Amino acid sequence: MDYIFDNERPIYIQLVEKLRMEIISGKLKPGERIPSVRELAITARVNPNTMQKALVELEDEGLLFTERTNGKFVTENKELIEKIKKELAKEKVNNYLKDMKNIGIDYDEALKYLQELERN
Amino acid sequence: MKLLECKNLSKEFDGKQILKDINLTIPRGKLIGLLGKNGVGKSTLIKLINDLLTPTEGEILINGKTPGVESKEIISYLPERTYLDKEMTVKQVIKYFDEFYKNFDSEKANKLLKDLDLSLEQKISKMSKGMQEKLQLILVMSRNAELYILDEPLGGVDPATRDYILDTILSNFCEGASVIISTHLISDIERILDEVIFMDKGEIVLTSSADELRNKENASIDEIFRRYFKC
Repeated sequence: MDYIFDNERPIYIQLVEKLRMEIISGKLKPGERIPSVRELAITARVNPNTMQKALVELEDEGLLFTERTNGKFVTENKELIEKIKKELAKEKVNNYLKDMKNIGIDYDEALKYLQELERN
Repeated sequence: MKLLECKNLSKEFDGKQILKDINLTIPRGKLIGLLGKNGVGKSTLIKLINDLLTPTEGEILINGKTPGVESKEIISYLPERTYLDKEMTVKQVIKYFDEFYKNFDSEKANKLLKDLDLSLEQKISKMSKGMQEKLQLILVMSRNAELYILDEPLGGVDPATRDYILDTILSNFCEGASVIISTHLISDIERILDEVIFMDKGEIVLTSSADELRNKENASIDEIFRRYFKC
């Protein structure tokens, strides 16, 4: 995992986004055990406390769960993963449409751009 | 019991007030940035905590006790300037630390030195500045301390060495211990901090969680610091 941080936003939120992405993209598989907080923190070069905070947030979302002595695992609830994936996709599309609107391109035209791009 | 507490701490030198009424609590298990421009009293505060200076007024409590033999056992301190005898070899320095500090983990130190490819027979005086900084950091981080105090650990080193230093701090401080890092090079280090303390003209002007401050100001700690001090 490569981590590049934007120092202007809370680091833990960026860690949540990054790990969430790893889960919904399937890089981290359902039911897979994730490394310890300390290991993750060292890889990401962040403070273990910050990583811990991010993992707690992902647990609250249901994407991770803790097994008492075994550590943390990715959820096996594929529906949940799919749901969060869809939400994220919607958000990305909305952002795209908003950006297009800002440069004076309406919905229909924005769709055409997408289709053309795909063809090319 | 609180790890470290400063109560109404003041320090004067020749009638000049260097620290004014410092009130500070350092919790356990946190990485804390002591941030301020040069000459605002960061090192003086650190020297007081390490019992190298005595307060003019107020008190310092470490695990509930004033600085002394006991506090030195639990604080691992990296001073701004080296105190190592440069005629010593790496091996001699390790032995020296091992004999001096009960909580020095020579196995850990040797492992870290091995990763650096540093010969144990090498004299300190023959090492580059960056290498000397790394060696000192290894010595300090190889103690199983409750509080690590690092005074300007990033001063005058190249970016690769800076990364090495940050990684070494992150992977080697004991669980439950706290680390105080004093620096004016904020952008390099802010990513790893839980809390920040801004100092100016001998006073503490702001303490906050790093992420909360970023969230509130929508800016990096470095940017907030620059705005605050307009430097």
